[in-house]
Parts: sequence; structure tokens; C-alpha cells
Amino acid sequence: MAEDSVVAVYNTKSITADTKKKNNTFSIKVQLAQMLRGGAIVEVGNSQQAKIAEEAGACAVVVSSEYTQSGISRMPDPLLIKEIKRVVSVPVMAKARVGHFVEAQILEVIGVEYIDESEVLACSDEENYINKHKFRVPFVSGCRGLGEALSRVREGAALIRIQGELSRMGNIVETVRNVRSVMGDIRVLNYMDDDELFAFAKRISAPYDLVAQTKQMGRLPVVLFAAGGIATPADVALMMQLGCDGVFLGSEVFEGSDPCKRVRAIVRAVMHYNDAHVLAETSCGLVDSMERLNLNEDRGQQSGSEGVD
Amino acid sequence: MAVGVLALQGSFNEHIAALRRLGVKGTEIRKAEQLETINALIIPGGESTTMAKLAEYHNLFPALREFVKMGKPVWGTCAGLIFLADKAVGQKEGGQELVGGLDCLVHRNFFGSQIQSFEADLLVPELVATEGGPASFRGVFIRAPAILEAGTGVEVLADYSVPSRKPTVQPVEEDKEEFLIRYVLYFVSVASTNNFTLMQLYVLNGYWYFTYQRRHSCSFCSNSGKINSEEKVIVAVKQGNLLATAFHPELTADTRWHSYFMKMVNKGEQPFLLMREMFLTMNHQGLISQYFNSSLFLFFFSVYSFCCLERSFMSSEA
Repeated sequence: MAEDSVVAVYNTKSITADTKKKNNTFSIKVQLAQMLRGGAIVEVGNSQQAKIAEEAGACAVVVSSEYTQSGISRMPDPLLIKEIKRVVSVPVMAKARVGHFVEAQILEVIGVEYIDESEVLACSDEENYINKHKFRVPFVSGCRGLGEALSRVREGAALIRIQGELSRMGNIVETVRNVRSVMGDIRVLNYMDDDELFAFAKRISAPYDLVAQTKQMGRLPVVLFAAGGIATPADVALMMQLGCDGVFLGSEVFEGSDPCKRVRAIVRAVMHYNDAHVLAETSCGLVDSMERLNLNEDRGQQSGSEGVD
Repeated sequence: MAVGVLALQGSFNEHIAALRRLGVKGTEIRKAEQLETINALIIPGGESTTMAKLAEYHNLFPALREFVKMGKPVWGTCAGLIFLADKAVGQKEGGQELVGGLDCLVHRNFFGSQIQSFEADLLVPELVATEGGPASFRGVFIRAPAILEAGTGVEVLADYSVPSRKPTVQPVEEDKEEFLIRYVLYFVSVASTNNFTLMQLYVLNGYWYFTYQRRHSCSFCSNSGKINSEEKVIVAVKQGNLLATAFHPELTADTRWHSYFMKMVNKGEQPFLLMREMFLTMNHQGLISQYFNSSLFLFFFSVYSFCCLERSFMSSEA
């Protein structure tokens, strides 16, 4: 371990496909992602939304194509990405399908700052994720539990997004469940006997060395964000208080009468997540027209049936 | 003494962790009132546009400027350096608001975009003299800025040699401007045939700076060049009680910069320096002469009163 970095990563050189690309090592990618901590990343579909997001204080924007209820959603149009890059000065991310390494190659060449390997889009490879070590650009990957998170980190993800619902209904119950699962497993890991780590790693299907590193650091080796159904300042503060480093906001925040006010309130909540007075102030006047983000009987087939026993 | 870390966004947790390793408790600063409770401030790295927007929205700029003007120690890393600089170039249209105080010209994202981030060993003789340790420091440059020009009162702590950018010509004096204008126009005309676009052109102290975009088949990359023969940029400076670094010491395990800053903070509390400051301010405002005048007056008055007493005493005697 020659490097003097806070994030000590075990032996990535054996996994990197091209050992000549020494410049952008994994630790640099992780450090890049650390600059996004404490911020809100907003999903945008056009340059107007991107400008609103930047004005409101988002620390990055994710470009995704227009949401279609049915059908296959793919990587956004490169022209759209270039237009958004011209318009904003915050980092621009773009979504690629899970396992679709050529979409990732295209996005890297266009010059996006991060690539989001997103399960919100259609899946293109059910078994294999992208080998993110082959790319110079840092990746964001989703997970639902600690095992998945560490597997994505081993593949080369520099930022982990704990994903909740995929259907943009505005329901955070799945997100909270997954965040608690990850944080709970980390807490269990902190008190676990070192000899039991091997069996634990096998049980959660995670690489042993990353499990050991997580235990040593007391937290995940990379930055953790929450995503899925986050709609109000209170939701955001809930995620931050549960232990996340930031949040992703879906493009559903742009619906409603005043998207700028809403995004600004949410960004404020990320900053002051421990201060209930500020949260109360920012929550005023926001519950106006988020109709689409409330459950209807005909549409919400999940949540209602799964109760808490 | 209390050290605060501006916690708008970015790597403030890492700074607090580094301070904790030195045994110092860092406070997260999010509101203007909290600035009154601390003696020193660290402005961390992060997304400088976001931090500027959040600071503007929370009315932090006046309070931050006041803090800097009071002479309290402030340390800015990366985005914090941009905040503290007096002049900044290399931004998109509109720019961002700055706190100011550091007499420097800063170039945002000097080394390029995300992909050009790197780690480099820097020679830091000043740091080694006060802190010891190995002669070089591992600097982490993440979309880093660089200081192009530093004023006369600014002490350079570390610089970095940039691989040469094309084209480079000798620096010219003002009366050779005509030649230089013709050179630049030639460059622009050549460039436009090779898919270059001249983005910005500005003059500073006899050096011409320009930024251009080279268009590859389907990607844009922004570059900038400084038409002179020198290839070093400044990456760490100190001016009075202001410290600024373009790299991120908080992302490495080396805490020498943090202890250097803590020494700056502790130095500010010595009474000797306070007296010196007082003397200088008084002299500057001409109060010293008044002080002397009043003491001379006192001296003569006491002599006079003593003589009066003497005389009355002697007269009573006689």
C-alpha cells in the first residue's frame, strides 16, 4: 500500500484491464466523487431543467431521456448531453444501461463527468455489470443492500446510489428499507468477530477484502447517496440523518407549479439536515401540486399490501 | 480556540476528520451567526458553483468578507481557493461571486476537466521547515484551479510545472503589442482551419492569455495557453493570515498542512504580535505622535508642578 490516501483500496492493479492507464486510478475516482458529498444531484431531461437545477444549488445533474411509462428506455441522446454541458458549469452525469459497456464508451468519449449505470433504464445484461475499471471516468452504481454495494465497488464504482423504487411514484418506503439494510449491516460488521467475516462475506455475496475494509473504516469505502421517491425536504433530511452522504432527485421534482422553489428547498434541506427549524421553514408552501406523486388505488400495486409485521 | 469548517457542501467531513486526528475539534459552519463563535475558518473543496450559490442564498458572503477583513486565519482548499481569490478567470458565462482577500489571479479548472485529475508529488520547503517529515507532499488535484499571478505580499509555498502547452513565445513588452496582436490573429486564422475556436483573450501584466476549444470528431476539450516561456503555476500560497492550496490535503493521511494551519491559528493569539499590530495601526493613523505629544505634556507638567512645589516649599522655608 504505497499510496497515502484515506481510502485504501486493496490491490486494484490486478483487476485493471489496461495497466498502462495509471493516471486515473481508482482512488482518484473515489476522491472525485467525494467532492459531491453533502449535495443533491438532480435528474434533468432538457437544458431548461438543468439551468433551474444549477440555479437552485444542485451539485451535479444527471441527464436522462424523457421518461416513458412503457417501452425500453435507453441512454440519452449525445446532442442533448452536449447541450446541457454547454449550459451548466456543475458536473454533468449521464445514464447508461446496466451491462451496456458500449453506451458507457460513447458517454465517456462525449465527455460526461460521471456515468450512472442505472437500473431505472432497461437492463441490457442480466448477469454482468460493466467492468468499470476499464474506463477513466468514474461510475455511479445502484444497489439495494451491502452485498450489492460492495460488489459494485469491486467492479469499479466510485459512488454508490442506494436505489429505492424505480417507478417514480414518490414512495420512499423502499429507499428507507434499503438504506436501513445497508447501514444495519455496517453496524453489525463493526461489532463482528474478525473470524466471522469470511462467512459473512459469503452470506451477503460480497468480496471479502472489501468487507474487511468496510469493517476497518466503519463505513463504506465510497460515497453513499440515496435515490428513489425523494420528494420533500423532510424526505431528504431523513436520508441524511439515516447516514447517507447526499441524495438523487428524480425529474418528478420539476412537475408542479414552482420547480425552482422546490429544488432550492430540497438543497437547503441537504445542507441543514439536522436543524428542524430550518427544515420547517423550507417545507412551508411546498405541498401544492405533487398529485402524481401520491398513491392512487388503481396505480399503486406495491406498498399497500406489504405491511409491517 | 475554535476552528470552523464551512459545511455548505463538499469535503468538510474530511477536514473535520483531519483536525480530529490532531486533537482539534472542528465546528460545521452553515449560518452567518456561527462565524462569530470561531477564531479560524477552513473553506473545503467541493463544487464551487454550488457552494457559491448556497452561500449567496444564505447571505454568507458579507459575513465571510467581514471575517477575512478582521484578519482571522482562513484556509481555502481548491474551491475554497477560488472563493478567497480577488480575481478568477476560466469560468462559464456569469461567473460566480467571490469572497476575496487573497491578492491572486486564479484560473478555475486549470488542469482540465474531471478526467485530467491527478496526484503529484510537490516540493514544499516551507512546510518541511516548520513541520518536518518527507521533503515532498502528495498533492491530490481534482478538477483543480491554479494561481496564475500572485501579488507582491503573497508568499508562494508550492508550485507545479505544467507540461508545455503549444504555442509558447517569449513575453513581450507593451510596445510590442502590435506584433503580438498580429501573431494572435495569425494563430486564430490557422486555428480556425484546424477546427480551433478562440474562446477568451485577455491581457495581464504584459502576458496574453487565451483559451481555445479544439474540436475532435465528437468531443470538445477546452484548453488554455499562456503565451510566455515559463511553465510553472503556483498551487499553494500564504498571505498574512490567509492560506490557500489548489490541492486537497484532507484527502490524504498526511496532516502536515492541517498542523501548519493550526500553527497559524495559534500564532494569532500571542500578545506580542497584538502589541506590534497595535503599534503599527497607531503609527499608521498618526496616533503615535499624539501619544508622544501627550506624554511630553505630562512630563513638562510634572516638572512644572514639581518646581512650583519646590518654590512654595523654599519660600515657606525662607
